[in-house]
Amino acid sequence: MNSQPTEDTEGRTGAAGGLSLDIRNISKSFGRFPALNDVSLQARDKEFLALLGPSGSGKTTLLRVLAGLERPDAGEVRFGGEDFLSIPVRRRRVGMVFQHYALFRHMTVAQNIAFGLTVRPRRERPSKSETADRVADLLKLVQLEDLGGRFPAQLSGGQRQRVALARALAIEPRMLLLDEPFGALDAQVRRDLRRWLRELHDRAGVTTVFVTHDQEEALDLADRVAILKDGRLVQLGAPNEVYEHPADPFVYDFLGAACRLPGTVSDGRLTVADWETRAPKDAPSGAVEVFFRPDEVMFAPLDGSGLAGEVKAVVQRGPDARVECLIEGRLFELQARGPTLPNGVAPGLAVRVKPLRPHVYPKP
Amino acid sequence: MTAVGTPARETRLPGAAPLLVLASALVMAALVLLPLLVVFGDAFAKGVPKYLAAIADPDAVSAVKLTLLVAAIAVPLNAVFGVAAAWCIAKFDFRGKGALLTLIDLPFSMSPVVSGLVWVLLFGAQGWFGDWLIEHDVKIIFATTGLVLATILVTFPFVARELIPLMQDQGSDEEAAALTLGASGFTTFVRITLPNIRWALLYGVLLCNARAMGEFGAVSVVSGHIRGLTTTLPLHVEVLYNDYDFVGAFAAASLLASLGLVTLVLKTGLEWRHSGELSANRRH
Repeated sequence: MNSQPTEDTEGRTGAAGGLSLDIRNISKSFGRFPALNDVSLQARDKEFLALLGPSGSGKTTLLRVLAGLERPDAGEVRFGGEDFLSIPVRRRRVGMVFQHYALFRHMTVAQNIAFGLTVRPRRERPSKSETADRVADLLKLVQLEDLGGRFPAQLSGGQRQRVALARALAIEPRMLLLDEPFGALDAQVRRDLRRWLRELHDRAGVTTVFVTHDQEEALDLADRVAILKDGRLVQLGAPNEVYEHPADPFVYDFLGAACRLPGTVSDGRLTVADWETRAPKDAPSGAVEVFFRPDEVMFAPLDGSGLAGEVKAVVQRGPDARVECLIEGRLFELQARGPTLPNGVAPGLAVRVKPLRPHVYPKP
Repeated sequence: MTAVGTPARETRLPGAAPLLVLASALVMAALVLLPLLVVFGDAFAKGVPKYLAAIADPDAVSAVKLTLLVAAIAVPLNAVFGVAAAWCIAKFDFRGKGALLTLIDLPFSMSPVVSGLVWVLLFGAQGWFGDWLIEHDVKIIFATTGLVLATILVTFPFVARELIPLMQDQGSDEEAAALTLGASGFTTFVRITLPNIRWALLYGVLLCNARAMGEFGAVSVVSGHIRGLTTTLPLHVEVLYNDYDFVGAFAAASLLASLGLVTLVLKTGLEWRHSGELSANRRH
């Protein structure tokens, strides 16, 4: 935009540096409830970043801080080299998509999308026909060409979501913020929109931060995932990285189904009940918690290696099976993939269960 | 307020429902319809010319004008106050919110006479600011200003009460969205907030206006009943009635009753057409 030369230059400097968003030591509390506690994280230019965490972890608050809708008690946010916190909401040019879309209920779809253009100062405001063209382009982009005249109440959830996105994109945002973008949609629509959103991000080429409590969504969609718990950043990394190397039991548990057993580590050996194996790298010594995924196990006959267990029930589903197994007095629901399930595993049988990739954390 | 739509239940006494309906209809007829008919009946008792003459009486005309003036000042002010109060209560969290809510409701729970009396205690000749006002020759009590103040106090809750539940229900996401899209606070208010509350606001203003024009107790205390100067329409009715001028009293009363009927029609129309955009508590 020619009318804002300073902003443009600084924006380009930020892009050249590769680092686009720099969040430093952000804290925010509501009354006595600390929503964010000293959170620092960075995002590269054009990166797709997921903020993942259970409800109450502070992820939405962080998003609202980025949008300018909440003022943090402490900390700093720089975006494209600028001090972002000193810029009021309306000048940040962030495209925000709210969890419940927040479409303007008394305006048509086209009016909703045009809103950001029509509220610009007169000098920068595009003409009526330019606005109409832009709205038509955006409607096409979100595949709602024929619905410009409808009101939000006349749309399905998925359609509303796309209108909200088109409205956010209309202002040519420098950053896209999405709050639980698929939260209110059913599974099939979710999956379709997910792929579509990723394509849209890649094409639009803006830094995108999205909030979700769905780990599958975050791992599937994002370049990097920031996992929050109780207002703190617990781990930040590429999806595969956080999945393979969860920083702590909370992350391990949060990223997928988990089985846990107590064990001990000494001299590089891990002992869980009567099973002994090589301890994972960097495993702490002493009493530990051993975690493994229920679908990352190998079943073996009783004379093999692994944890002694007793099969309680087997539910076969195609080549896979769910095996309920009693290990060390606890009942685990294990997932057996075709080849890992030996023939003849049936209720009552004593077996050995070998976790393929156990994770070890110090006992709290 | 209007508790409509409660699902019909099976009654053990099959004849009870029609009986109850009949009983309520009779009571309504006796307590509401009959007096209304009497008002119009007595107003026209001595013929249409007498009725028209009573209404064209200079004191009656000035009473109508004064009533309109008081409402014209009090209602817009209360609309503004009401929107502001509802806005801050519904969209922001702050300490003392409960106290503010209670305070807004106070005029509803207080006798209107007290609402009038407080102004006399403040601005009357013996009141706190009485001496100062006399010194500076400012007249509040027994003058239009006093009537306006009393009316504002009595009718304050109508707009705010109407808007608060609706605005709480709507939340502030749409406003937040408008801000992120580059709208100023003022633009957001005019283009997002106001359109979202327009029918509820109109509804509140309607009720507020009906009360402002019909208020008797509070204005009676501050008016002083100076004929042609500080008598609003309801006070004018009382003055004439005390003078045994029944045609005049009922003629003026018929104007008030007509105002009530018009309000009722508009209110019902609003409820019927825009029930979805009125308060959440009326929606079920």
